[in-house]
Order: sequence, then C-alpha cells, then structure tokens
Amino acid sequence: MANMSIFDISGRAMAAQLVRLNTTASNLANANSVSTTKEGAFRALKPVFKTVSGGEGVATVQVSQVVSSNTDPTKRHDPGNPLADQNGDVWDAGVDQAGELVEMMETARQYQNNVQVLQTAKSLTLDTLRLEK
Amino acid sequence: MANNDPLFGLSGDALKLRSQRMALLASNIANAATPNYKARDFDFQKALAAAQSGTSADQAASQTAGYRVPLEASLDGNTVELSTEQTLFAENAVQYKTTLAFLQGRISTVMTALKGE
Repeated sequence: MANMSIFDISGRAMAAQLVRLNTTASNLANANSVSTTKEGAFRALKPVFKTVSGGEGVATVQVSQVVSSNTDPTKRHDPGNPLADQNGDVWDAGVDQAGELVEMMETARQYQNNVQVLQTAKSLTLDTLRLEK
Repeated sequence: MANNDPLFGLSGDALKLRSQRMALLASNIANAATPNYKARDFDFQKALAAAQSGTSADQAASQTAGYRVPLEASLDGNTVELSTEQTLFAENAVQYKTTLAFLQGRISTVMTALKGE
C-alpha cells in the first residue's frame, strides 16, 4: 500500500507537535517583553500545520511555516521604562498568555496520543514477528 | 490474493486489512490539529468481503474508504474527533491481536499435524 508506515506517520506528527510546543515556549518567554514602537513589539508565533499525503488513505502532518499572529500589541503608559517613547508609552508583546497555556496543554495531549499510537503499533508489530512461537 | 487460502482462511486478509486500518486511524490522530483535514476510515466488513472475492487488500481498503461524519463540526474544517479516533484505534488494535491469535492457533494445529507427536 502506501509508502508510509505508522512509525513515519506518528513520528512526523510528533515532530510537528514539538515545533508547536517550541513556538508556545517562545511566546510565553516573550510575553512580558516591551518595545518602543508598535511595529517593534513581539507578536505571538504560530505554526501552520499542513497534511502530507503518503499515498492511498494515509497521511501525516508537517509544519509548513511559522507565522506571526495578528494579536495586536497593547499600549501601556510607563514613563519610568527606559524604552518608553516621548509620550511615556511602551508597547507590550501581542501574546495571549492564557491562550498559550491552553495551547500548550493541547499540544502535550496530542503529542501523547501519537506516542500511544506508536507504542501500540510497535507492540503489535513485535507480536506479529513472534507469531510462530 | 487467493480466493480461499487453504492454510490461513480469511485471517491473512483480515490481518492485512487491520494493519491498513491502523495506519488510516494513525493518520487521523496525526492530523488532529491540521485545519481542513477530513478524517477517513473504511468499512472493515465490506473490505474483507471484497478481499475474499479476489480483490487485493489495498484495493479492497480503498474501494470501501470514506470520510467520517463528525458528531460536532469544528470551525477550522477539521473533522477529527480524538475520542472517536482513539476508541476505534484501540478497538482495531484488539481485533488485530485477536486475528493474530487465530493465526497462531492455526499455525500450532498445522505444526502438531506435521510433527505427528
């Protein structure tokens, strides 16, 4: 059938979920960074998942690109900040922290699902190999 | 594919189809977060009947394949529902093991007959 085994399918899905976890970590790390200008402020990074077909019926997933989200940075009045502009304003990073935490949990769950699939496939393959015993 | 495999009966075809279905369900689980991905599956009973009547296991699976109707539509066009897919994957894994057990029984019967002990 297809030129893609369950190990390819789940392995690549795990890699994609790991990229997603990395972007979440970057977003949370930069959640409290500030900038002088709106354009310079950090915006959350989001991976774009894309299906990779492996022939008849089977498919895995890959991250086709990582884009900056359109969450707008927020202006905050903080004249004491060395990065403040002439009005005394700074721009906070455009990161939805609660949303990122939810994303992190979802990523972990889906990663675990793929690990479980891999374990099941492995033990069934080994059972098949030991068939005559 | 032999119409009636004299040694293993339908277990050989069944094992192949179980393995294909496992790959299909693994694909669904892998694409749980991909926008616009449509979950797929095939009707095992129909596929096995097709395989028994001379179609190859690959063809039997693709002939009977279809898209899953989601219980609850999601906004991003993805139709994978993890609970459904996980349940079916577990069920399919158990049935794969059952088919293996049938094969094992058949093999040990034949081995006993061959050894004549």
